[in-house]
Amino acid sequence: MKRYLSVLILLLSVLFVSACGDSRIHSQGVYMLVDTSGTYAQEMNKAAKIINYLLATLNPGDSLAVAKVETRSFTEKDIIAKVTFDKRPSQATQQKRAFKSKIEAFAKEVKGSAYTDITGGLIQGAEYLNETKAGNKTIVIFSDMQEELDKGAVRDFPIKLDGIRIVALNVTKLHTDNADPRIYLDRLARWEGKVRKAGATDWEMVNDLENNMESILKTR
Amino acid sequence: MSDLNSWLFWPDRVALSVLALAIIVILFLYAARDPMHGVIHSVCNLVTQSTRFISRWLFLSADNLRTRNQSVLLAHSQESSTTMIDREFERVTNIIRKDMQEFPALQRKLMEEVTRIEDDYRKCGEVPAPPPEWVSALESVSKIKSGGDIPRKLLEDINKSMHKIHDKTVAEFRRSYEERHKILKGAQPSWRSVEKLIGEMDKKMVNLNANAKQIDGHMAKFEGIRAKDSKTEHALTTSAFVQLAISALVMMIALGGAFINYKLIALPMSEMVGASDYITDNLKTSDVAALVIILMEASMGLFLLESLRITQLFPKIASMDDRMRRRLMLASLIFLIILAAIESSLALMRDILISDKASLMRDLASAAPPASDGMIANIPMAGQMIMGFVLPFALAFVAIPLESVVHSLRTVIGVLLVQSMRGLGFALRFVGVVFRRIAKVLELTYDILIVIPLMIERWVVKMRNNVPVEGHTRQGIAS
Repeated sequence: MKRYLSVLILLLSVLFVSACGDSRIHSQGVYMLVDTSGTYAQEMNKAAKIINYLLATLNPGDSLAVAKVETRSFTEKDIIAKVTFDKRPSQATQQKRAFKSKIEAFAKEVKGSAYTDITGGLIQGAEYLNETKAGNKTIVIFSDMQEELDKGAVRDFPIKLDGIRIVALNVTKLHTDNADPRIYLDRLARWEGKVRKAGATDWEMVNDLENNMESILKTR
Repeated sequence: MSDLNSWLFWPDRVALSVLALAIIVILFLYAARDPMHGVIHSVCNLVTQSTRFISRWLFLSADNLRTRNQSVLLAHSQESSTTMIDREFERVTNIIRKDMQEFPALQRKLMEEVTRIEDDYRKCGEVPAPPPEWVSALESVSKIKSGGDIPRKLLEDINKSMHKIHDKTVAEFRRSYEERHKILKGAQPSWRSVEKLIGEMDKKMVNLNANAKQIDGHMAKFEGIRAKDSKTEHALTTSAFVQLAISALVMMIALGGAFINYKLIALPMSEMVGASDYITDNLKTSDVAALVIILMEASMGLFLLESLRITQLFPKIASMDDRMRRRLMLASLIFLIILAAIESSLALMRDILISDKASLMRDLASAAPPASDGMIANIPMAGQMIMGFVLPFALAFVAIPLESVVHSLRTVIGVLLVQSMRGLGFALRFVGVVFRRIAKVLELTYDILIVIPLMIERWVVKMRNNVPVEGHTRQGIAS
């Protein structure tokens, strides 16, 4: 009888330990970088739509942060809003409403920055996502992917994006790209090479925001 | 291709190489003929013997299993028949105790009614008409020969008196009949009461008769079981198959109900245990929790029906004393009600969560809220709450088909196992027979491959046999 009891206790403990250890593995962590430089700041309405899509898609227990890409983006100050949704669906819904309000407030007073430090944003995003310990980590870059660094900003060193998926959204073509598409293609190829070299699990580009929104998040 | 070349003696002369190889192979096969025949025989014999042995074991095991199944089936049926007979006797006892104890009072009442009717009947007896005394007076008057008008006057007076008496008698007669009719009218309720009492007695006797017939049926079945006759066994086996089919159907319906129940509480359970906790890769803790609640409801229902003695899956509960059993019944019922209430509130929570999420989605999509439907919008919510409360009680009754499944499944599996073992035994026996015959076929097939050396061998043997015969013949001729 004692032997059966001990086996039962062992089984229950294994179940309990496995249940506890597994909780974050299934969660999603999304860090969205929103380019606010120059004319791209006018695209904020599109960015808000994507954020709303993310809010609608993410589940309780998932994490979401939205940060702006500025002259120097490797700072927590650029994070507009961040949240790890409560495990209870009702609380998570409240948090989503609050998050939406913060984004709406930011969209009203967005100011264009002089430079675009995407690499700094990526490093900051990786740091945030690693802290969340989410099972699926995604950095969404809402930008034309044209990086412009001011003097003194050092970004030409290897970065670490291990286990993170990178999704570039709404990568618009610049005037120069229109004149010579190779510039646009080279730019994208350069970014893909850079993030893959940094250890990113995947690189994806989504320009059709009307029909291809579901490609942003990796489904479980 | 390079592999093929490695087998060729002269790769540039393929045909010659193949021929040389074939000759070597044939020679080898010819040399190994006797051992190969031995191997073929041994292997086939081994397979035949093994299959025969296994087949015999299977048939024996099937017979043993059948005997065991039979004894279990009969024992179980005997037990259930005993229970049925017990219950029938209990019913009869109840009828006798409840209805027959009223019989003396009923009989007394009936006797009183009968006595009253008898009295009334006696009272109704017809009053005979007064005897015609005046006839002899008339005869005397008629014999008078003289007297003038005196006889005539007398006769007239008598006639008058007769008329008077007749009228009086008729009036008396009518009055008497009227009284008798009144008595008979008064006796009508008594007759009705007697008829009613007899009807009641008849009904009770019919019930008793029906119970007696049922007991007769059960007793006949019981005798069949005791006698272990094949007809009863066959009937019981068929009954087990039918029981399993019906119970499985009901269980499927119950499973459908359980699934709906699960869907109803899985989402709100995430509010209690968290929506992002997983037990395995695809198994959410909230889903498991919902499943546990449903299983608990089914268990409570099982205990409730056990303590009510509707099912008898746990002999320990059945053998409990009545007070303890009643406590268990009460506890199970309370737990079931609590679980039903929890489920009902979870159903409400589900509705709230869904509407909250729908509202958030509208906000995120910047869509206008839908026009309020008032009462109609509340119908699904009320429906969910009612379902949440009712389904646990409906699930409780799953214990009845479950018991049937448990009891009949053993018989069905036993029968299927016996049939499978017999089928396998037959197949193995067949394989054994085939292998016994195939040994010769394989030998002949082997000999076909080495037909040329065999022909040479036969020719040489023939030649050898012929040489001494020819020498002997020559010697015979010389002598």
